[in-house]
Amino acid sequence: MATVPIGVDHVLYLTEMTGMSVIAPNGLRLGRVRELALKPSEHPRRVSHFLIGRRTRFMVRYDQIESISLEGIRLSDDRFVPYYPDENLLLLEKDLLDQQIVDVNGRKVVRVNDLALRVVHAPAGDELWVAEVGVGLQGAFRRLAEGILPNKLIRRVQERIKPNSIPWQYCNIVEPDPQRRLRLRISHDRLGELHPADLADIIEDLAPAERGALFETLGDEVAAETLGEVDPKIQVSILKALDKERAADIVEEMEPDLAADVLDQLEEEKSREILQDMEQVPKAEVEELLEYESDTAGGMMNTQYVDVHEDGLVRDALEALRGNEDLLKALTHLFLIDREQRLTGAVAIGMLFAASEDTPLRKLAFKETLKVHVEDDREEVVELFDKYNLYALPVVDEEGELCGVITADDVISVLTPDD
Amino acid sequence: MFQRLRSRLLIFLAVLGPGFITAVVDNDAGGIFTYSEAGARFGYNPLWTMLPVTVVLIVTQVMCSRMGAVTGKGLSDLIREEFGLRITFFVMAALLVVNLTNVTANFAGIAGSVEIFGVSRYISVPLGALVVWLLVVKGTYRSVEKIFLVASVFYVAYVISAIMVEPDWGEAIKSSVIPVVYFDGPYVAILIGLVGTSVAPWMQFYLQAAVVEKGVDVEQFAESRAEVIVGCVAMAFIKFFIIVCAAGAIWSVQPREIHDAADAAMALQPLGPYAYILFSAGLFNASLLAASILPLSTAYSVCEGLGFESGVNHRFEDAKVFYGLYTLLIVVGAGLVLWPGFPLVRMILLSQVLNGVLLPIILILILRLVNRRDLMGKYVNSKFDNLMAYGTVVVMIGLSLTLVALTLWTS
Repeated sequence: MATVPIGVDHVLYLTEMTGMSVIAPNGLRLGRVRELALKPSEHPRRVSHFLIGRRTRFMVRYDQIESISLEGIRLSDDRFVPYYPDENLLLLEKDLLDQQIVDVNGRKVVRVNDLALRVVHAPAGDELWVAEVGVGLQGAFRRLAEGILPNKLIRRVQERIKPNSIPWQYCNIVEPDPQRRLRLRISHDRLGELHPADLADIIEDLAPAERGALFETLGDEVAAETLGEVDPKIQVSILKALDKERAADIVEEMEPDLAADVLDQLEEEKSREILQDMEQVPKAEVEELLEYESDTAGGMMNTQYVDVHEDGLVRDALEALRGNEDLLKALTHLFLIDREQRLTGAVAIGMLFAASEDTPLRKLAFKETLKVHVEDDREEVVELFDKYNLYALPVVDEEGELCGVITADDVISVLTPDD
Repeated sequence: MFQRLRSRLLIFLAVLGPGFITAVVDNDAGGIFTYSEAGARFGYNPLWTMLPVTVVLIVTQVMCSRMGAVTGKGLSDLIREEFGLRITFFVMAALLVVNLTNVTANFAGIAGSVEIFGVSRYISVPLGALVVWLLVVKGTYRSVEKIFLVASVFYVAYVISAIMVEPDWGEAIKSSVIPVVYFDGPYVAILIGLVGTSVAPWMQFYLQAAVVEKGVDVEQFAESRAEVIVGCVAMAFIKFFIIVCAAGAIWSVQPREIHDAADAAMALQPLGPYAYILFSAGLFNASLLAASILPLSTAYSVCEGLGFESGVNHRFEDAKVFYGLYTLLIVVGAGLVLWPGFPLVRMILLSQVLNGVLLPIILILILRLVNRRDLMGKYVNSKFDNLMAYGTVVVMIGLSLTLVALTLWTS
C-alpha cells in the first residue's frame, strides 16, 4: 500500500496542532488552537476553520492564515468570529479521534489514534490538508506523550516506530445520522465496490447504529449479498432495524436458500411481514425452501439450477444457459429431466465446449447420476460430497422430481465451525 | 395473558447467560476466601455489608448491561470513544495489573483446593493452566461453561453447613442490618475486600461485553435485567451463608485468620468428614471457572480499548497482542503461585482489596457514560441509580484512604 511521500517538515500531526499558538499580524498571541474543522461541502481535505480559546471559543478561517509551522500559526488577518456549532463542519478531534472508521483499502474497521496533516504553501498563505489517519503504535505514542514531552522530542522518538496509517481517501467515516451524512458529504461509493464478504466482516465489527448507517447506503443488490455473508445473529439485528419495505427489497435480491436461512432466524411475525412485501417469484422460491428443516438436504439446497429435457442437444443446453445468465458465474452442472420433471441425468458444463452443437446431451451425461433426497440429513450430504469429490449435488423429492441443488459452498459453510 | 407471560419467559431463558454467569463467577477463589476470612476473623460483624453491597452490585451490573444493550458497544470501546486514548491507556494498565492478581488468586485457589489432599501445587497449577489455555484456544469453552455452572451447586454445602453449625441466628440477623465499623487496618481492608470481591471491576467489563456479544437489544433488556437481579440475589444468599458458616464454626470457637485452604475448609466443619471434600470441590470448580473467564475477558477488554485485533476466531499471527496478553496472564498468574514461599491466602485477599480500590475509578467512568443522554437516550440513570453508585464511589474512596492512613500510622 503506497503512501504519498511527504517531506518531514511539511507534516504536522493533530496532536501537535492542539495547543499550538495562534499569533496575530501584530505579533500578539490570540490564543491556542483547540480544534480543527473540515467543511466537506467546500473542500474534502482542507482544514477550513481553526477553533481557538478555552472558554470563549472563537474561529478563524483558513484564508486568514499566513503561515503554519511547528512554532505556531501566523495570521494575515486577525478578524475572528465566535464559535457556533455548525452541522456542516467535521470536527477533527471530536468526530474523528478515537472513533471507528472503515479502511476501504484494508477492508476492516480501525480506530483513529491520530491524524497527519500536510502544510500546503498556497499563494494566499499556508493551508492545512488532511493527509493520513494514524491507526498504529506511532499515533498512539504521540497521543500518550502529547503535552508531557516537548514536541521536538516526540518527533524524534516516534521516528523509530513503524508508522501505520491510512491515506485519507481510503477512510470512510460511519455516521448514523442520515442528515449529517448528507451535510458532511459522506458517501460510501468505494465501500459499495468491496466484495460482499469483506463488507460483511466490516459490518460485523461495527456497533448496531453504525452498522445500520452503513447498510442503509448500500444498494439493494449489494446489501442482499452482504446480508447473506453476515453472522446470523447480526443478520437478525440488521433486518429488525429496517422497515419492512426495505427489508423485503433486500431479501428479494438474496439467493433463495440464504434468504430462507435468514427468515428462519426471525420471529414468525416479522418473517411473515417481510415475505408478504416480497415480489411473487422470489417469495414462492423462499417459501418453498422454508418448508424444510435447516439440517436436511432441503434446508441446504437452493433453487438456482438449469434443467434441460433429457432428449435435448448441446444447442438446447446453450440456449437454456443464455436464458439464465445471472446464474452462470457459479454454475458447474446442468441437469436433465423427463416430462414429469424427474431427474434423469447431470452434465458438467465444461463438457459443452468440446462437443458439437448437435450432440445429444444424454451422451455427455455422467454414467451414474448422483442425487440426494430432500429429507436426507446434512451429514449424509457432506459425506457424499467428500466421497465423490462433488461440486454440485441435485436434490429430488419422493417422486424423483428435481427440486433443488446443493453446491460446494453450502457444504463448506456447514463444515466451518461457528464461534 | 398467558401468551405474553410465556413469550416473556422464553426471552428470559434465551438471554440467560451473561448476568447469571457473572453472578456465579462472583464467588470465585477471591470471594470464597474473603467471606471465609471475614467470618472467621470478625464473626458476624461484617454481615451488614451484604445488603448494601448486593444493592450496589445489582445497580452497577444493570447499568453496564443496559449500556451494552442500548449502545451495542463494550465498556472499553465506550471509554475509548468518550474519554480518549490517554485515560483508556491508564485504565487498561490498572485493569491489567488488578486482573492479573485476580487470575493469580484463582490459580492459588486451584492449588489450595487440592493441596488439602496432599496433591502438590506443582502438579495441579501447571495442569490447570494448560487446561484453561486449551479450553479457550480450542474453542470448546462454551460447552464446558454449562458444566461449570451446574457444578456450582456445590455452594449449597455452605447453606447446609450453616444450618448444622447452629450459629447465633439472632446475632447474625442483628449484624445484617446494623453496621459495625471500627478503624482497624485489617477490618477496613476486609470491608474494601468484601465490596471489591462482589463488585469486581473486571466483571463489569465482562458483563457488558457478554451482553453485546449475545446481541441483547433494548427490547429484551427487561428480561436481561431480571436475570442479573436473580443471579445477584441468589449469590448474595450464598455469601451470607459462607460468612455465617465461618463465624459459627471458626470465630465462635476461636477467632483467627485464614492461613490456607484447610483453614477455610474448617468453616464446613459441621459436615464432618465431608467438609474437606465439599469445600475442595467447590473451591476447585469456582477457581477453574474464573480462571477460564478472567484472562480472556481481560485480553478482550484491553485489546478493545487500545484498538488491537482481538478474538479467538483469529489466527495467532493476526491477533498477536490478544493472544500474547492472554497467554501472559495465565503464565504469570500460574507462575506466581508456584514461586517458592508464595503467600497464597494473602495474595488472594489482596487481589480483592485491589478490586475495591480500582472500583471507584471505574464507577466514575461508568457513571459519566451512563448519564449521557446523547449516548443512552431515555435509558440514562435514575436518581436512585446515581445515588447508589456515587455513594459507593464516595464510600470506597473514603475506605481506601482510611486504609492507607491506618497502614502508614501503624508502621
